[in-house]
Amino acid sequence: MTKKQGIIKNSDKTVILLFLVMVAIGWLNIYAAEYTEGRGHVFDLGTSFGKQLMFILSGLVIAAAVMLIDVRFFTGFAKIIYGVSILLLVAVLFAGVEINATKAWFRIGGLAFQPSEIAKYGTALALASIIGNMRTRKPGKADLLKGFGVILLPAGLVLLQKDVGTTLVFLSFSLALFREGWIGLIALAVGGIAVFLFVLTLMMNEFIIIGGLAFMAVVIGVITRKKTGAVLHVITLFLVLSGYVYSVDYAFDNILQPHHKARIEVLVHGNADLQGAGYNLHQSKIAIGSGGLWGKGFLQGTQTQFNFVPEQTTDFIFCTIGEEWGFAGSLVIIGLFVWLLLRLLYLAERQKSTFSRVFGYSVTSVLFFHFAVNIGMTVGLVPVIGIPLPLISYGGSSLWGTTLMIFTFLKFDANRHEML
Amino acid sequence: MQIHNKSGQYAGRRKIVSGIIIVVGLVLLGRLFMLQIIDPSYKAFARSNFLRHITDYPARGLIYDRHGELLVYNEVHYDLMVIPGQVGDIDTLEFCRLLNMDVSTFESRLLQARRHSRFRASVFERQISKTTFAAFQEKMFRFPGFFVQPRTLRRYTYPIATHTFGYVGEAGPGIIGNDPYYRPGDFIGISGIERAYEKELRGQKGLRIRMVDVFNRDIGPFHDGRYDTLAIAGKDIYTTLDTQLQLYGEKLMQNKRGSIVAIEPATGEVLTLVSAPSFDPGLLVGRQRTRNYRMLQNDTLKPLFNRALMAQYPPGSVFKLVSTLIALQEGVVEPHTRYGCGGIYHAGGISVRCRSHPSPVNVVTAIKYSCNTYSSIIFQNTINNPVFGGIQHAFSHWRDYLVSFGFGRTFGSDLAFELPGLVATADYYDRLYGRSGWRSQTILSLGIGQGELGVTPMQLANMTAAIANRGYYLTPHVVKAIDDPSSPNTRYSLANNIPIDKEHFETIVHAMHMVVEDGTGRFSRIPGISMAGKTGTVQNPHGENHSVFVAFAPVDDPQIAISVVVENAGYGSVWAAPIASLMIEQYLTGKVQRKWFEDRVLNQSFLTAQP
Repeated sequence: MTKKQGIIKNSDKTVILLFLVMVAIGWLNIYAAEYTEGRGHVFDLGTSFGKQLMFILSGLVIAAAVMLIDVRFFTGFAKIIYGVSILLLVAVLFAGVEINATKAWFRIGGLAFQPSEIAKYGTALALASIIGNMRTRKPGKADLLKGFGVILLPAGLVLLQKDVGTTLVFLSFSLALFREGWIGLIALAVGGIAVFLFVLTLMMNEFIIIGGLAFMAVVIGVITRKKTGAVLHVITLFLVLSGYVYSVDYAFDNILQPHHKARIEVLVHGNADLQGAGYNLHQSKIAIGSGGLWGKGFLQGTQTQFNFVPEQTTDFIFCTIGEEWGFAGSLVIIGLFVWLLLRLLYLAERQKSTFSRVFGYSVTSVLFFHFAVNIGMTVGLVPVIGIPLPLISYGGSSLWGTTLMIFTFLKFDANRHEML
Repeated sequence: MQIHNKSGQYAGRRKIVSGIIIVVGLVLLGRLFMLQIIDPSYKAFARSNFLRHITDYPARGLIYDRHGELLVYNEVHYDLMVIPGQVGDIDTLEFCRLLNMDVSTFESRLLQARRHSRFRASVFERQISKTTFAAFQEKMFRFPGFFVQPRTLRRYTYPIATHTFGYVGEAGPGIIGNDPYYRPGDFIGISGIERAYEKELRGQKGLRIRMVDVFNRDIGPFHDGRYDTLAIAGKDIYTTLDTQLQLYGEKLMQNKRGSIVAIEPATGEVLTLVSAPSFDPGLLVGRQRTRNYRMLQNDTLKPLFNRALMAQYPPGSVFKLVSTLIALQEGVVEPHTRYGCGGIYHAGGISVRCRSHPSPVNVVTAIKYSCNTYSSIIFQNTINNPVFGGIQHAFSHWRDYLVSFGFGRTFGSDLAFELPGLVATADYYDRLYGRSGWRSQTILSLGIGQGELGVTPMQLANMTAAIANRGYYLTPHVVKAIDDPSSPNTRYSLANNIPIDKEHFETIVHAMHMVVEDGTGRFSRIPGISMAGKTGTVQNPHGENHSVFVAFAPVDDPQIAISVVVENAGYGSVWAAPIASLMIEQYLTGKVQRKWFEDRVLNQSFLTAQP
């Protein structure tokens, strides 16, 4: 058995198949979104579907290369890859070009490249390396500092690019940390409550929420009044949450940039300004909502074909699916993503090394975050923060970054027996 | 081993992470289910995004006179329309400069249109001039959401027959709410023929559905035009009006208040319908319509009021024709029955005056001299006829005759806004005087056409036509044919018979001929034409009496029956009779020989003599 045959045999066929199917679906929908009758050949590099075909082919080359490189390259060079991606994030602040108000792109010839896509990959590797090389079961102070630092550093640099969406993606590593016991269930729950209260604060007057919290505190206080110290806990919790709600409101009014504020306001207050910030979301919902059960058919979407949805090949690619393939198509896409994510979790759990398990969880978490937020924003559940739908959206950086992450993990999985 | 332990300690958390992924997937699916399956509004939004419904307005039907002369036609103009949902970031100042409009007007109009509908077209500016249209057309691409809609306006060959034509106005909110055919900005017939024949005249709007992209560029017809409908032009209306007679009638009635109604007895076709004072129908067309309408509404001469169909007068002496016919039919008087007249008639404390004339009189001479005494006697004979055994029954019987002549009710023909007039019932007098409190002398004035009687000039003309026909009339109407002049309007071809024998009509016709030859109307005799007529002078408690004359000619082959009312003009023989005589001469000979006679009428004004 040659080494090459072994790699194919040991690779997870399910993930590879899902990868190929999703990339193909993505390309078809990019084609539909850009299609104009009688114009543009499939390989026309002046069109996004022509370019995407090239990205897919080069992505497959990357995938093959990853599978052929010795696995120790990734474990050994994890920190170096991370370091290079940090350098690129710094460099882009000086040498990058501004696209859509974010300074997150290098332009090389006709192609734009987004280093933050590499940074996600690098961060996943670095985090896996830190946790995988821990000497004790419980992380020490130095481990914690390194672990969180390795996530916060690129997140901070991406924030400097004014790319809020990608910055938030780094939040997703908390899911991997949760699995490793770095974050407790309570912390995750508190995080959930914090996010819930955050959205609630934007939706209604903060004093109503604080009033609601006070009411709940009184009820809980009365129930637990016989437990010593419980009342003190309840009061403390109430004050902390109220302070949080108030500061979110303050931050929203005084710190956020106007266009972010507008986008959030659109989300929480409905279609207030249809010509402005609400336009994207409104047209997106029209496209998806008008798809019905079976959709309007390939190349038959009126919202898609007459270009009513802006950014339709990238952040709003899900509109094309929703409009032309209907609820049935939406179901398929969501089904494929959930299947892929659960399959990746399954693979991560069967890893023998902590390194590859953490990496697998990180990859899954990042993909999950993109999936949830991207589709969530097209249907109006999440503010429009502009991150792509992995494997589906148009864009070389995103596709390559995702391919790197998935296939590096598949490589680990294929070699899981050797990695002790 | 350490690694395995580590893996083991938190391995259960995989389930939580899996759970989170599945829950999020289900939440997204639930939301998509709401959007795509449950909520239908997005489908409508998507349609309104890319579909434009373009209405093609058909030309409104034309209106002709009885000889095929064109009287009402159309002229194209342009309305500036807006679809508020598509108005993007436009150069408002430039736009306002083109339209010569200030910015606040622009904004309030846009807001108004938006309130109506974001996705349906509303009229933004009505009837823009050709130059504005040309300038705007050139820059149209810079103002997405705006477009120009060609429409037609009514034009009139002559400024006549306003009340008969009626006018066209914008469909109001009430109409739009009740009839889905009409949209804001659509026109609808408001009165006259335009109203009565709205369905025929308007035709059928056509609809084209076009697809547009996000820049509002036309992409092509939706489904290759499968759902498009063609506009169907309105049908033309051929009226019964005689243009020359109508023109002449309006000329004669200048500076007078009153009306002329002329009917062709054999068909019930209205030859002329004049209500004076009148106004140019062109005033109620286009942008100035509202302003002009208000002006006409505030005019103390009430030009908007169609006297021919809506003014109600006691008929006066012309009514003696009807009451005498009834008396003859009831057998309470014979043609040769003679009564003496001493200039006044007394009946139970009530007295009726009469002008001096030869005495005694019979049926014919009583009509000829318009003898009040004779009419009073035969009226009392009719009402007191013992065969009825009571005044209620006798009066109701008498009243039935009146209704058979068309009094006290509308004809239900194609004349918009006709009024029924007034013919009191027995119940009315019972209520007024008590059941046994009234006698024939109580209502004696009815016998000479005064009292509780209100008739319209149209009803008088119809009565005259019925006498000319010797006992029947055809419902008076103004439309001869629709769409095709050779296929006549058959809606009114049934004769309405009056239950009075023909011989009695012959007696009355003879009497009416005598009126003109040698009686109260002799002054208006037309040389060479045999005319039958009856004068009337309607007592008017508010001012000078009204002058009334009814006539038909020729006596043996009636071509025209006419009623003329001139308000506050005094004796019927002095003004109404000459006008009727001139009208008949004009109609039968095509010209008027008696110039001095005509000038006398033309030079007379009664508008200053109003109360």
